[in-house]
Amino acid sequence: MKPVLVPPSTNPRQSVAVRLGMAMAVILAVVLLGTIFAANKYGQDAADETFDRLLRGAALQIAERILVTDGHANVDLPVSAFELLSLARTDRIFYRIIGPDGKTLTGYGDLPLPRDDKGRADQTYNTRYKGADVRAYLLRRQLAERFVSGDVKVIVAQTTTERVALARSITTQAVLTIAAAGIVLLLLVVVMMRIALRPLARVERTILDRDVNDLSPIDIAAPAEVAVLLAAINRFMRRLDRRIEAMQNFVADAAHQIRTPITALRAQLQLALEEDDPVVLARLHKRLHERTVGLGRLADQLLSHALIAHRADMAVSQELDLRRIALEAEREMRAVSDEFIQVDLPDEPVAIKGDPISLREAVKNLLNNALKHGEMPVSLVVTPVQNGHACLLVCDAGAGITPEISSKIGERFASNGIGPDSAGLGLSIVSSVASSHGAVLVRRATDDGFEIGLEFPVATL
Amino acid sequence: MTKTVWQICRMAFTPGHRLKTGLWALAALIAGTVGIAATVMNVASAGDREFPVTADVSGRLVIQSTTDYVIFSPVIDAFQERWPDVLITYNELTTNELNDAMEHACDQGRFLGDLVISSSIDQQLKLVNDGCAQSPGARVGANLPDWAKWRDQLFGLTYEPAVTVYNKAFFANRKPPQNRFDLIDLLRESDTFRAKVGSYDIETSGVGYLFAFQDAIQASTWGRLVESLGRNEAQLFCCTGQILERVADGRLLLGYNVLGSYALSRIGRDDRVGLVLPSDYTLIMSRAAFISRDAEEPALARAFIDFMLSPPGRAILSRDAGLLSPIGGPDRLAQLVGTVKGADPQELRPIALTPALMVGLDQAKRNIFLQQWRAALPPRQLSRHP
Repeated sequence: MKPVLVPPSTNPRQSVAVRLGMAMAVILAVVLLGTIFAANKYGQDAADETFDRLLRGAALQIAERILVTDGHANVDLPVSAFELLSLARTDRIFYRIIGPDGKTLTGYGDLPLPRDDKGRADQTYNTRYKGADVRAYLLRRQLAERFVSGDVKVIVAQTTTERVALARSITTQAVLTIAAAGIVLLLLVVVMMRIALRPLARVERTILDRDVNDLSPIDIAAPAEVAVLLAAINRFMRRLDRRIEAMQNFVADAAHQIRTPITALRAQLQLALEEDDPVVLARLHKRLHERTVGLGRLADQLLSHALIAHRADMAVSQELDLRRIALEAEREMRAVSDEFIQVDLPDEPVAIKGDPISLREAVKNLLNNALKHGEMPVSLVVTPVQNGHACLLVCDAGAGITPEISSKIGERFASNGIGPDSAGLGLSIVSSVASSHGAVLVRRATDDGFEIGLEFPVATL
Repeated sequence: MTKTVWQICRMAFTPGHRLKTGLWALAALIAGTVGIAATVMNVASAGDREFPVTADVSGRLVIQSTTDYVIFSPVIDAFQERWPDVLITYNELTTNELNDAMEHACDQGRFLGDLVISSSIDQQLKLVNDGCAQSPGARVGANLPDWAKWRDQLFGLTYEPAVTVYNKAFFANRKPPQNRFDLIDLLRESDTFRAKVGSYDIETSGVGYLFAFQDAIQASTWGRLVESLGRNEAQLFCCTGQILERVADGRLLLGYNVLGSYALSRIGRDDRVGLVLPSDYTLIMSRAAFISRDAEEPALARAFIDFMLSPPGRAILSRDAGLLSPIGGPDRLAQLVGTVKGADPQELRPIALTPALMVGLDQAKRNIFLQQWRAALPPRQLSRHP
């Protein structure tokens, strides 16, 4: 049966394409605004330069025709100068020629001079005349004749219609070009985005095409950006795989572990049912009781192990004091056992990072082992911090675990499991708690007996 | 003067008419009687003609023009056929009078007329250049050739060549001069043409000055021609009509740079006069019109220009008025003077409406030009026919 696919909820704002597109649009808008300003300036400058040349050319042509007759400066206007100015088809033309004595020789007598007269230099200036904005060029020609000397000023002016039109046309052209380029760019971005996002679609297809039970890492060629995502997916799948594996193991183990004692129990119950001899029946009852207790402990330990295995993956590591773990474990032990456990704690807190529940389970298992297999007195010791490490040790006066068992620590169900006081699972739990906390399982024979425990790296403050 | 008073009073008190203008005119009239504004008013009164309408008057179009009323009236009649409720006042002035009055009115922002039409196209161009015109919109005159319009404000309405006219009887056995070189040669030949050649007095005639100035720009023949005219004691006249009259009756044998529109209508009804379009080049002048900036009826003025440039308007100009039109002018001209050699359109040189025309108006330039003219043709009491 195919699983029902629920399409993931999409938010347009989350779309990579939309985000990129918006970013591009913003950039383009900024560029476009910049271009308008730049093009406007450029257009105005270009138009001014073009039309100023006309003015200058006309002024030069007129200046060339300044002559002195009968001791008077005079000017014989060249038609070509006006034809030159007529190149600006729709602009009106004004001119004024001022003699050395400051009197207007000819032309428009009231055509304004530049407001800031720059003395000797020729200059271009803007002014208003006959109700229109005009651009004017003032050219000086120095006369040095016998009777006439001084400057003759030639002013040629033109309305600005054509140059404004040219400037606007240049600006419009530039802006239109940039705008067109921008639109093309946007389209390209859309296409590029499609191409760039194709690996994602490939990953999607690969995942969808997979076998339902296939949790192996996805191994397809992907660009760096997608590879990161892929690695994250693979990490997640590995974790999922481990979890599923742990669960399957647990189910298998539990089935295996519990089925045997239950079979034994049922066999003995059968015996008990068929037995009439009270003495044998009493012995059978006793054995049944022991088996039941053992089975209970086994179930306890299996659940504990499952809990530890679950927490190793899930639990959030938190700051805690090792002394508190020791005290709590001891208190819980006291609730189920009459044996006395001596607790030896340092004065200073021992701060480690970890999961208090699995740590408590580990300590309880160690204590259980010591009480079951070791010899009294049993003590629980937390050593002060030394070289960045602190230990939580369970000591007893016994001989300790045999090398045979010691070598099997870490394997699940080290003991045969049938024994009523099965202990192998306990050390297995401790071992996995140790590995999930980065701690080391230590065990050594001492003068007073045997000690076993965990050495933690201490969180530096 | 009586007529003027009557007119102004009518203007002022016609219901629905612009009271302001009327009152102003009244005030001016009073001033005029005191003698301050007398000149302007007299000028205005000289050629005022009303084209009344039978229907209710919806608008009054004032045309200030230099064109003979007789020549222009068919156009106005045709216009009024289409716009029967438009009263038209047609005021005929000389070019200089019109120019002065318009310049004055423009400076003061005062209304003089809605439409200003003048053959003195250089003066017209300067008036437009000085901002006295308004633009009727880009569509008007769209069919005009480029040379016949400027700034969407000044429009060439007619197509009038500068021609040489001759006395047919005298040239019965010889070919009339086909171009300026022929003319110069002819004038050098003998004394036959002493005081028998007529042309415009460019000092008094705007059109004459315009043609002369353009001649000077167009070709190097001008200097020699002026010299020849001077040597032959050419007669100078203010107006085309006088030259045509004298060429017809033999007092003159040749008329140089005569306005073709008048000559064309003359040869149509007078076979004593012949006409030549000079084959080296023929200047073409186009009477220019603009709508005054201070026009009271710019829409009517626009409609009038539109009408003159429309096919029916052009037909009337070509047929009745003999003025032709810049649109299709060359073809019509070739048709009219069909047999005359020189109608090749390449030799037709229209005087373009560009600011270059203003050079001729420049006082300094004009002085220099007239000095050269006077040097060759000294003012002589006898030869001057004002």
